Amino acid sequence: MSALRSIWRNTRRAIGGRRIFGVYVALVVVIILVAVFAKQIAPMDPYAANLSDAFQPPSAEHWFGTDKLGRDIASRIVYGTRISLTSAIILVLTISVVGSFLGVIAGHFGGLVDAVIMRISDMMISFPGIVLAIAVAGLLGASIRNAIIALAVVSWTKYARLARSLVLKIRHSDFVTAAELSGTRPGRLMRRYLLPSALPTLVITAATDIGTMMLELAGLSFLGFGAQPPQAEWGLMLNEGRAYLLDSPWLMIFPGAAISVTVIVFNLLGDALRDILDPRHAGQDEDVVELVPAPLS
Amino acid sequence: MDARWLARRLGQILVVLVGISFITFVLVWLAPGDPAQAMYTSQGITPTPEMVEEMRARLGLDKPFLTQYVTWLGNCLHGNFGTSYSLNKPVTDLMLARLWPTIKLALASLVLMLLVAVPLGMAAAVRQGSVIDHLARGFSFLGVSMPNFWFGLLLIWAVALKLGLLPVVSTGKGLDQLIMPAVTLAFAMIGRYTRQVRTAVLEELNQDYVIGARARGMSERTILWRHVLPNAQLPLLTLLGLSLGSLLGGTAVVEVVFSYPGLGNMAVSAVTSYDYPLVQTYVLWIALIYMVINLLVDISYARLDPRVRRGARS
Repeated sequence: MSALRSIWRNTRRAIGGRRIFGVYVALVVVIILVAVFAKQIAPMDPYAANLSDAFQPPSAEHWFGTDKLGRDIASRIVYGTRISLTSAIILVLTISVVGSFLGVIAGHFGGLVDAVIMRISDMMISFPGIVLAIAVAGLLGASIRNAIIALAVVSWTKYARLARSLVLKIRHSDFVTAAELSGTRPGRLMRRYLLPSALPTLVITAATDIGTMMLELAGLSFLGFGAQPPQAEWGLMLNEGRAYLLDSPWLMIFPGAAISVTVIVFNLLGDALRDILDPRHAGQDEDVVELVPAPLS
Repeated sequence: MDARWLARRLGQILVVLVGISFITFVLVWLAPGDPAQAMYTSQGITPTPEMVEEMRARLGLDKPFLTQYVTWLGNCLHGNFGTSYSLNKPVTDLMLARLWPTIKLALASLVLMLLVAVPLGMAAAVRQGSVIDHLARGFSFLGVSMPNFWFGLLLIWAVALKLGLLPVVSTGKGLDQLIMPAVTLAFAMIGRYTRQVRTAVLEELNQDYVIGARARGMSERTILWRHVLPNAQLPLLTLLGLSLGSLLGGTAVVEVVFSYPGLGNMAVSAVTSYDYPLVQTYVLWIALIYMVINLLVDISYARLDPRVRRGARS
């Protein structure tokens, strides 16, 4: 817990001078509020079909127009926030916790444990995510839950690699050696030294990943392997709008804009978080660690 | 870069390939849907249960799981990847037919991306905090955050439908059908790479040799193009390798959006029609191409950077 507390302290200290971070947080809060109060915000029932109202262009009544069943696009987009947000957050939480745990184990114990975990990770990373997702969707039936499972299976490796390399790096740094020499117990070493050093990087990666995973989930739904009709999901809405591109472009424009805006907000937040939590890498954009292939030991 | 190291890497590739083929086989075996049934349905025939049984026996689907896997693996080692269930053609022919369009698309999008990202990233690094730096940053954010299928649909809508400049459906034969998918793929990559180029160039600009070169009165342009850029290439190499690897696997979403006849598009329809042999070969191809490119990146690292070369020897 002290690790979390120290991060919180650093965060608060850093936010003091960065108003822009507050703006991003406010935007994320707005998105979350839209998801929570979708029922109150949406002007209409997102699932109410009214065929006489089909393919209406944007108007005062239907801000973003209506789809082939006469459903209000604006309301469907508001409700879509729920699916995208919750599924992306569940996915990122799962892979960051499981991946980091496996990575720490691999880095800490080394030897056979390390070899097995990293070989599986190699295998997963060279496995085409889409094919696995489709296979899982075929196995369990296409649904948003199965899309989350499929993406989790292929995405945890990033965190495992990251956590492993951080543990290896930190273990051999002077301050840890000094702590060890002065008789710090392993549990305390983990809590006071290893975790606080590794957590910021993992938190930053997770924050940035929310946007990425939203895109992946929307992509699977777009291909038909995620959310299923009549669900109000942005990727699925884009797929449904695809056939009517020429006559009703609003079917495609607004859901796509909703995805983009949400992902941009989360990416901005992740970026700002990086500047605050990891001043050493401030301004450096991508975490190179995850991109470099693991040293084959 | 000794032979032992190379042999070990190749051995690892083999192990991972066999592992992946096994996982795929299990997944496909567990998946619901009967390929024998699907074969008849795709030909418009409603089969009797006897016909399905006979077809299952002919395809070897009635054998135990491990027997099926070992038979398949043995055939693969002899270069026989089987016959597609849904299209009734040798898998090798189908893969090869899709390979060329995929290679074309991969190279076109990479070249397009480099043409934009390298100058833009360098300009942003040299003029840090300037208008062009902010523009590059905004552009990167858009590229990374916009779903590429949305970008593709917007392109089709604007360029093909509204302006009528390019055909809507691409066949992968002419250059005009390559443009929109390549631009779509490049757009997302430009975002990533511009930032990478900027970071890499900034890092090099802070090195002592740049100060030395300036002190000797070398022009900024020479420093940038002759000294900084070659050194900044190295960190980009890994990323380029990863991109090439995933592009050569076919990009399912973009290929589906543009109905482009590439490997990704083929994979999506292969999975939906329970075409086991095609799916398995496709997965093997992805894994192989990814690992081979990874290996090539490591080798070229050693060639380009003497420090790594010496490290690898010791």
